Amino acid sequence: MIRWFRVQVLMIDYTLASMARRKARNLGLLLVYAAILFVLASVTLFTGALREEAVRALVGAPEVTVQRMVMGRHALIDRDGLEALRAIRGVQWAEGRLWGYFYDTANGANYTMIVPSGGIVPSGGREAVAYGAPPEPGFVRIGGGVARSRGVAPGDWLFLLNPQGRLFKLRVEAVFPSASELVSADLVVLSEADFRAFHTLPEGVFTDLALGVRNPREITTIVEKAALVLPDCRFITRRDILRTYDALFDWREGILLALMGGAILAFMILAWDKASGQSPEERREIGILKAIGWETGEVIRARLWESALVSLFAFLAGYLLAYLHVFFFSAGLLRPVLQGWAVLYPEIHLTPRIDGARVLTLFLLTVGPYVAATLVPIWRAAVVDPDTVMR
Amino acid sequence: MVFPVARRDGSARSGSLSRSPFPPNRAATALVLLAAGLAAVLGTVLDAAFRRGEGETGRGTARMVADLGLTDLALFTEARYTRNPSLADLHTPFQDHPLALDHFPSGSLIGPPTPWGQASLTKGEVPE
Amino acid sequence: MDTPMLTLRAVTKTHNEGEENACTALHDIDLSLEGRGVTVLRGPSGSGKSTLLSLVGCLSRPTSGRIHLRDPETAEVRDISALPERFLTLLRRRTFGFVFQSFNLIHGLSALENVMLPAYPLGQGRREIITRATAWLERLDVAHKARTPVELLSGGEVQRVAIARAMVNDPPVLIADEPTANLDSDLVRRFLEIVARFRDEGRMVLMTSHDPRVWESVSVDRVVTLRDGRIAGDEPGPASPARQGGGGAP
Ligand SMILES: Nc1ncnc2c1ncn2[C@@H]1O[C@H](COP(=O)(O)OP(=O)(O)OP(=O)(O)O)[C@@H](O)[C@H]1O
Ligand SMILES: [Mg+2]
Repeated sequence: MIRWFRVQVLMIDYTLASMARRKARNLGLLLVYAAILFVLASVTLFTGALREEAVRALVGAPEVTVQRMVMGRHALIDRDGLEALRAIRGVQWAEGRLWGYFYDTANGANYTMIVPSGGIVPSGGREAVAYGAPPEPGFVRIGGGVARSRGVAPGDWLFLLNPQGRLFKLRVEAVFPSASELVSADLVVLSEADFRAFHTLPEGVFTDLALGVRNPREITTIVEKAALVLPDCRFITRRDILRTYDALFDWREGILLALMGGAILAFMILAWDKASGQSPEERREIGILKAIGWETGEVIRARLWESALVSLFAFLAGYLLAYLHVFFFSAGLLRPVLQGWAVLYPEIHLTPRIDGARVLTLFLLTVGPYVAATLVPIWRAAVVDPDTVMR
Repeated sequence: MVFPVARRDGSARSGSLSRSPFPPNRAATALVLLAAGLAAVLGTVLDAAFRRGEGETGRGTARMVADLGLTDLALFTEARYTRNPSLADLHTPFQDHPLALDHFPSGSLIGPPTPWGQASLTKGEVPE
Repeated sequence: MDTPMLTLRAVTKTHNEGEENACTALHDIDLSLEGRGVTVLRGPSGSGKSTLLSLVGCLSRPTSGRIHLRDPETAEVRDISALPERFLTLLRRRTFGFVFQSFNLIHGLSALENVMLPAYPLGQGRREIITRATAWLERLDVAHKARTPVELLSGGEVQRVAIARAMVNDPPVLIADEPTANLDSDLVRRFLEIVARFRDEGRMVLMTSHDPRVWESVSVDRVVTLRDGRIAGDEPGPASPARQGGGGAP
């Protein structure tokens, strides 16, 4: 064991000495490799953390959301639907939700306006609400993104022009804590009266309905019954929402990784080329090593240490930088990809989460092919006859 | 001693080099660096665990989601179907034509909504 | 000394056998070498000297015929003509040190690193190897160049570093192929001094040379002449007791 370890240390020493001869080339290779790994690891860590964050946040989403569909589009739903749902056995509570989008012509941003559910129907079964109590008419609570893009703070006035051109003057009561920006960045929370006035929405209609069930295991049955009562509605369960996000992040990660695929491939070709382009000089060197008593296996191992060291260092550097990037610098380099064309962005502070399996996959999918790509040419060069140096 | 002159001459010249008879062990340096890197990786794991532990924020966010009745993340605010992908009706991303390119770049990142349907409720590994 | 160190029986070596450019470099060689003394192989260029050295040194295998080698550690005599490469390598690194025709040091590495290389697979500690390699460099008076990359060394220094590399594992046999080509008389003389020292230590030295200064040197025990891949002569050298005896009693 000690013997083996000593031999490996000496082999590494030799490998490093021979790598030092082509310093620029090897450093360049290491840099490119580390950069690729940095991007891959950033995407992996970022989407992993976001997925986790989504799951942690959205466990609070309504158990079932009921959407009325008209001609394939989402339509307003009235109080009759609400009463029908409440009549179903197993439904703990049901309430109409008021929310909608608002395009702010002042800065080109889209806001999500919402009336807290507690404000519409006194919900018997739900626990006391902290955010849920609606503001008084004339007051709003806003998300951090809105506050930033309009430059307002608690106590300031928020002026909004409704779609008809009427000016609404609302007092900012609070800005949601920045830790919640992932879900609250674009929110404008207001009273029901203001909401209906702002959007000229008649009494008795809602954007959609939310309902809670007594026993989560009954959701399927309840949704089946509800579908009979409200045949023109679509039912979205909390599980559906979570699954949507699971698929969404897979999709996003997949897209980015596919984009990276080209770069990875190019790099693999480079690695292959480097390893297979064994110059006559290098072949001679291998011949010398064999003639002075190295076995083929030892020559291969020494050369493999080279690719192993390059890829290990590249992986470590890429991964560590990616961790810093994602969890200490809020994934600044990935934001352009994420943010698209929106005007208003959430400032996300992700809680670090390391998915060991994913990191391991990343490791195996990059280091593995690299070492493998170099193995064949190394092996081919290492089987030279030791007597070649006698010529 | 066969070449005393050459030798003295040589040691004078090698005086500028390190005097230790043992040249620096590159392998040891590399292995130490590697170990440091691995320790740092372990550090990230610990950091993640620590920050998750102190992260009351997640629960606060979940509370807000419950209280306000939110269903989606505010990641992309430019369009209905990117702001609320889980509530977007199935046709929104393809309003113009099923093959039409998306207007917003994030639309291409989000992908078409999947009609999970009621039948899929019983299976699936999404945590409660 | 009862059994010879090396015995070749009817050894033939054909390079690139079965191909168009096949070339039989050695025909039917019978030779036995004691485990000590200095033996010089001489002969015109292309006569098969290097080929014979690589067969003897376990670098290649004969096309036909048998080679027996006495293992220096176990004193066991083995037929090495058909040994798998792995065993051949193991045997080679305990038995032989090589100085090649063009020295073949590895460029980019320092003299010390070059000398250390043959010891790497043996699993000794790095410090131990460095100490030993440095001792050899000192013995050969190139220790002051230990940290110099070998491509910056002079011809004589390269030669001595190559010898140090051959000796670092302390082999009982030194094999040197044209070690004095391109060296001036002074360097040849120094080289022969080194060889004489090895001989006095009880090692065997086997080398090829075109150079009369080498085979007429006082420390040579035996001179074998090759011509066209056959042994054309096998005489005692100046140091041989037979010749001294012959010369001392006219
Ligand atoms: N690998 C090989 N393939 C084909 N022919 C070879 C090979 N090695 C040696 N030969 C041939 O075998 C013959 C003997 O070569 P060898 O190198 O043994 O000669 P030598 O006596 O060492 O000559 P020199 O004094 O010039 O070094 C030569 O004709 C050479 O061309
Ligand atoms: Mg030759």
